[in-house]
Amino acid sequence: MSARLTLATAARVLRQIRHDPRTLGLLVVVPCVLVGLLAWIYRETPVFDLIGAPLIGVFPFVVMFLITSIATLRERRTGTLERLLAMPLGKGDLLAGYALAFGLLAAVQAVVVTAFSLLVLGLDVAGDAWLLLVVAVAVAVLGTALGLFPSAFAATEFQAVQFLPAFVLPQFLLCGLLVARDRLPDVLHWISDLLPLSYAVDAMRTITSDPHGGADVARDMVVVLAFVIALLAAGAATLRRRTD
Amino acid sequence: MMKSEPAGEPAVRVEGLHVVRGARVVIPDLSLAVPRGQVVGLLGPSGCGKSTLMRSVVGVQKVAGGTITVLGRPAGDRRLRDRVGYLTQAPSVYDDLTVAENLAYFATVVGVARSGRDAEVARILALVSLTDHADARVDRLSGGQLSRVSLGAALVGTPELLVLDEPTVGLDPVLRRDLWTLFRRFAGEGITLLVSSHVMDEAARCHRLLLMREGRLLADDTLEGIFAATGTADVEQAFLTLVDRASASTGPSTGKQVQV
Repeated sequence: MSARLTLATAARVLRQIRHDPRTLGLLVVVPCVLVGLLAWIYRETPVFDLIGAPLIGVFPFVVMFLITSIATLRERRTGTLERLLAMPLGKGDLLAGYALAFGLLAAVQAVVVTAFSLLVLGLDVAGDAWLLLVVAVAVAVLGTALGLFPSAFAATEFQAVQFLPAFVLPQFLLCGLLVARDRLPDVLHWISDLLPLSYAVDAMRTITSDPHGGADVARDMVVVLAFVIALLAAGAATLRRRTD
Repeated sequence: MMKSEPAGEPAVRVEGLHVVRGARVVIPDLSLAVPRGQVVGLLGPSGCGKSTLMRSVVGVQKVAGGTITVLGRPAGDRRLRDRVGYLTQAPSVYDDLTVAENLAYFATVVGVARSGRDAEVARILALVSLTDHADARVDRLSGGQLSRVSLGAALVGTPELLVLDEPTVGLDPVLRRDLWTLFRRFAGEGITLLVSSHVMDEAARCHRLLLMREGRLLADDTLEGIFAATGTADVEQAFLTLVDRASASTGPSTGKQVQV
């Protein structure tokens, strides 16, 4: 791994996005519209304050998963991946470059959505609001790390898109947003313990309800980080310099 | 240029190469050598195994058997990755970046220092005649321009060996001539080039020719040598003569039409 190549790769990915202003626009506008819709649906009830923050964490996860799976599939299909792997670029440089670039995008997204939720929609959180940003960025990097997989198993864009419901929806169903995790049937609760999104939503819940939950949030973030590292390592294993 | 291997050793030596893709044996048993500082043309019909051979030399192809030595090291060795330039058959650049941004990124990857990057990009743009399109997005370019961006990306950092898979496909005759002049100039500077083509009339521009069909070598010689051996003065005719001889010696003809 080399910091120079990781940064060059991250800069290249960000340049690609910069040439695509509509993607940038969608990235910040769509989550704001959705959170706004949610606040509207649950107006004059306490529900928005309960699930608003966890949802702010779910958006970057879903969006970054999708963007990363399309981006890596494109690298494979256009031959740029083969070219890069024949060049002196480490697999770690490539993956870390993507994680860094999309992490930065996620930070921008999280700042806008969080500010919009707190200032315009009046979202109430008991803990530190800046922690929402930390968790949102961590979840985005998690989405990126998970998004590296579909391209290894998907031969076409059609297949890659199918991996969204396959990889993401089960985590969404079991993460505690719909039914609190401790009220799930035992088997499902046990499965939810193995899914990284559960920890991100737990952290968001803590920030929402507990003004002194910093330690709990930190513990959840350590778990998410461990998942990110494991997923990136496994993602590196799917990048083969020699292919059939 | 590094001289970590004995003088006179070819740039590429392939011995007993055996490649299987899926259930198909693409290259049954291939041996050849590419001398240093020459332009070696790899010619043969589409699907004959040219790209597979080139991918094997670059080290991105899974190989079932045999050895390939490139610049004194096993093909695909990590120390070769900034010494071998590879042009894939389909253009492989980022179509949502400009030409200059593409070249700058690939230059960084092969280790061109930040201080020399702009000069390197300008040099490559001039080599592939794209200086006027430096700031154009790649997805706005014509097919011929696109393939030259991809070629340019293989030239960054001045590799010692260039493996170019059909670099002139889709180009107009003037550009094709310019590129072949460029390849000859590179060879004069000591760079070795392995260049594939399915256009037989490009054979005259090469120092040596490898004629390939169905994963086997029909000839490994100079153009004059091939003409002398086949008694013709036409590459396509020489190819057909060699195909007929090969099928006569290995039994009944496969009956397939040879498309060159």
